Amino acid sequence: MTTPLIALEQVYKAYGPKAVLVNLNLAVYAGEHVVVLGRSGSGKSVTIKCIAGLTKIDQGVVRLMGHDITHSDENALSPLRQKMGFLFQSAALYDSMTVGDNLAFTLHNNQPGLAPEVLEKKVRATLQNVGLESAINLMPGALSGGMRKRIGLARALIIDPEVLLYDEPTAGLDPITAKEITDLMLRIKADYHPTAVIITHDLACAAHTADRIVVLHEGQIIQSGTYEALAQSEHPMVHAFFNP
Amino acid sequence: MAFRPYENELVGLGQFTLFFGRFFRELNFKTLSGRELLKQCYELGYRSLPLVTTTGLIMGWVLTIQSRPAMAKFGAESWIPGMVGLSLVREIAPVITALICAGRMASGIGAELGSMRVTEQIDAMEVSAIRPFRYLVVTRTLATTLMLPILVLYADAIGLLGGYLGISRHLDLTLGHYLRQVFDSLAFSDLIPAVIKTYCFGFFIGLVGCFKGFHAQGGTESVGRAANQAVVTASLSIFLVDLIAVQLTDLL
Repeated sequence: MTTPLIALEQVYKAYGPKAVLVNLNLAVYAGEHVVVLGRSGSGKSVTIKCIAGLTKIDQGVVRLMGHDITHSDENALSPLRQKMGFLFQSAALYDSMTVGDNLAFTLHNNQPGLAPEVLEKKVRATLQNVGLESAINLMPGALSGGMRKRIGLARALIIDPEVLLYDEPTAGLDPITAKEITDLMLRIKADYHPTAVIITHDLACAAHTADRIVVLHEGQIIQSGTYEALAQSEHPMVHAFFNP
Repeated sequence: MAFRPYENELVGLGQFTLFFGRFFRELNFKTLSGRELLKQCYELGYRSLPLVTTTGLIMGWVLTIQSRPAMAKFGAESWIPGMVGLSLVREIAPVITALICAGRMASGIGAELGSMRVTEQIDAMEVSAIRPFRYLVVTRTLATTLMLPILVLYADAIGLLGGYLGISRHLDLTLGHYLRQVFDSLAFSDLIPAVIKTYCFGFFIGLVGCFKGFHAQGGTESVGRAANQAVVTASLSIFLVDLIAVQLTDLL
C-alpha cells in the first residue's frame, strides 16, 4: 500500500470545552480527490486548516507529503506550502493588489528567481486557464463572487501545486456559477492532476468532483465511500444528507 | 488568584512581549521586501505631511500666543523665540506629532491588518509560504520607525514658523532675527534625545498597530475594535516612552 500524501491520525481538537475534531482519521492518496461533507459546525473547515498547518491540533498526528507537520513552525512548513494551493471560502484575494499582482506576488514568492517576463507570461496563462485574462488589471473589489473564486483558484494554481485544498468552493454562488466552478475544478483535475481535499456541502459539486466522499459529523467520520454508495446509505445522518 | 481580574490584560501583555521579540527574530534585511517598505514609507510618512503641517503650524502659533502675555508681564518678550524653540524641539513637537501620527498610522495599520485577518488574507499569505509577519509587520513597523523622526523634524520647522507668525504681530522682529534667537537657545543636546525618542515612538506606533490588527478575531466589528485599541494603546505607549526618555535624559 502506498503512503498517503495527506494523513490525519487520531486528531483531536477542541476550542475551550467544545471538541471540534474527535480522534479523526483521514488518509488521502496521491492524485485522489476526497470530498469532506458535513453540516455546518461539523468540523470541516477546521479539518482543512489542520492539513494546511493553519490550526494546531491538541492530540494526534498530521502528515503532509510524508512529513509530520503536527508541531511544525513556519520555517518547516514553508517548503511544503510551496507545493500547496488553497482556495478559501471567501477567495481571500489581497485587496490592495490587482488581480495580476495577486498571482504575480504568490508566484514571485514561490519562485523568487523568475524573470519578470516569464512571470507575466505565467500569470496571463493561468488567468486564461480560468477564463479571466481580461481581469488582469482589475482590483478584487470590482469582481463578482464567481470571478473572485476563479481568481482565487488561479492564485492557487499558479505554483503548480501537488496538493490543492478547497474550502467551500461553491458556497454563496448561484447554481449556474457554482456549476461553472465545479466544471473548472474538473478541468483542473484533468490538466494538473493534483491531490485534492474539497470541503463542501454542495452535493452536486461533491458528485462531480469526488473520487471518494467522507461524511463528517460532530468531529468524526461516520461514513466513507463513493457518491453512489453513500447515496444508498442507511445511516440516518448520511441518509438525511443525501435525501434532503 | 489576585491577578484573576486582570487575566486578559496580562495575557495581552504576554502576547505583545512575544510579538515584540518576534519582530527582532524576523527582522532580516536580506529577506525584507524593499518595495513594500518604500510603499509603507510613502503611505505612512509622506501622506501624513498635510496633517503634520497643519498641526505643527497651529502648535507653534498657539504656543506663542498663549505664552506672550505671561512673558510680557515680566518684560521677557524677547525670550519668547528661545522658549518656543526649546519647548517645541524638546517636548511639544515630538509628543504632539507622535500622538497625531498614532491616530493616523496605528489606526490605519490596525484596521488594515485586522481586515486582512478577518477576510483570511493573512491565512492566504501563510499557506502560500509568504511569511505574513515579515511582509506585513516588519515593513510597517520599520516604516513608522523611520518616518516619525523625519515628520517630527519637519513639525519642528513648521512649528517654529507658526511661532514666528504668532509673535510677528506683536514684536518688530524679522524671520532671520527670530530664527537666530531660536537657534542661539538650542544645543545639539536638546535635539539628539528628542530625535532618539521619536524613533521609539515610531517603533511602538507601528508595532502596536500591527499587533492589534494581526490578532483581530471574529467578524467585521473586530476591525473597528483593533483600530480603536491600536490608537489608545499606541498613545499610552508614547506617554510611557516619553516618561522613560525624560528620566534618562535628566540622569545624563
